[in-house]
Amino acid sequence: MYPDDLRYSSEHEWARREDGRVRVGITQFAAEKMSDVVFIELPQVGAKISFMQPFGVIESVKAVSDLFAPVSGTVVEVNTVLASTPEVVNSDPYGQGWIILVDPADPAELQQLMTAEQYRKVVGGAGA
Amino acid sequence: MGNGLKRTPLHGRHAALGARLVEFGGWEMPVQYAGIVEEHRAVRTAAGLFDVSHMGEVEVEGPGALASVQRLITNDAGRLAVGGGLYSPMCLPSGGIVDDLTVFRTGERRYLFVVNASTADKDFAWIAGHTVDAQVRNISAGWGLLALQGPRAVAILARVTRADAAALPSFHIITQAEVAGVAGCFLSRTGYTGEDGFEIGCPWDQTPRVWDALLEAGRSEGLTPAGLGARDTLRLEAAYMLYGNDIDETTTPLEAPLGWTVKLEKGEFIGRDVLVRQKAEGTARRLVGFEMTERAIPRHGYALRADGGPAGTVTSGTFGPWVEKSIGMGYVARAHAKPGVRLGVEIRGKTAGAVVVKLPFYKRS
Repeated sequence: MYPDDLRYSSEHEWARREDGRVRVGITQFAAEKMSDVVFIELPQVGAKISFMQPFGVIESVKAVSDLFAPVSGTVVEVNTVLASTPEVVNSDPYGQGWIILVDPADPAELQQLMTAEQYRKVVGGAGA
Repeated sequence: MGNGLKRTPLHGRHAALGARLVEFGGWEMPVQYAGIVEEHRAVRTAAGLFDVSHMGEVEVEGPGALASVQRLITNDAGRLAVGGGLYSPMCLPSGGIVDDLTVFRTGERRYLFVVNASTADKDFAWIAGHTVDAQVRNISAGWGLLALQGPRAVAILARVTRADAAALPSFHIITQAEVAGVAGCFLSRTGYTGEDGFEIGCPWDQTPRVWDALLEAGRSEGLTPAGLGARDTLRLEAAYMLYGNDIDETTTPLEAPLGWTVKLEKGEFIGRDVLVRQKAEGTARRLVGFEMTERAIPRHGYALRADGGPAGTVTSGTFGPWVEKSIGMGYVARAHAKPGVRLGVEIRGKTAGAVVVKLPFYKRS
């Protein structure tokens, strides 16, 4: 399940343009691979993040993974719901499970990300 | 095979169930099916079925069997009647732990060791090297092993065997049982989850038949196949040691919380001299359990701090799915090994707070 209106990174984050801002989360593929998300380390509002550099950490019961920024810019909002219920990343990765909202420094970076069609090929239809 | 890893007789079953397979101790094993948290909760509330066929079995038989077992382990096998068993470390002369294992007396002069997968070959060599006047056989290749764990385990097992499993006391074994129509199985009331349950040994090629029958019998009881991921979180909540993480050849049973398995009064055994001295003097360090006091998850290898300085290393850590806390264990200096002592865990360059607590983290009521 990979909505056509999103862009996708090779590290399995999604990016959605919303009124000049970019909302970021992890894809259904990543959510299923992590399976039981129990902790997410979020950046502070105001933090500067850089294209395809780590901006946070996501932990399942078993594993620790970095979160990579699909766009450079300034974090303007973080999903505070994740502090108490990180499992919404598993149940609703494109909705309630969003992670950060970014004021992008260079929206053209999004063109370097994959389309849904390209991303589906990368993950081989898994999670569809 | 392709990847050079050993496979249990249930490999095809795991693949068909959609398990995620990982390397563990040279074996390709299922780490999870539906998900670690779901499997973990199933074991605490109903039952889980684990494939632990990678574990090793070593048999010692002959006139010198008991004396050899007594030399090899720290616990006291002298009082075991046929059908009885116990948990014990097996030590080096240094007191370091070769492996932790279960031993059952399966005959007048016959004992069965069930040992860890990653150490099975080393254990066999060690046992054979210190056995006098008895035969030692590595029978690992002939035995599949299943762990049926959880409050519904007794009821499920009763549907596939006539052996009186319900009456079997903890740490006892029934040999030559028929399970799911398969003759020559053994049943022990043991496990690694903190729940009631059984380990079921079956002839290697017959293991899928027993697995299928148990899953079928357990369907209405909420039985789920469970992987090594849940096995690890379950055992950590119950504060069971994981060999290679919490204990190894550099740690002794008295540094680990295994003093209850060290029976100095039983007579001579390998490692006794060091353990006598450690018991008299107290060990310099001890393994403790701790809970995080802020939102963070400790992991194996993270550094521990106390009183502003280095204090040790995390040996095991996870988010405990049942206790719903971040928990861990690690070795610290004796002065810090008391419930209530504040520790820090270094996580990605920051120090997160933790507090020493009494083990285990979970005890079934």
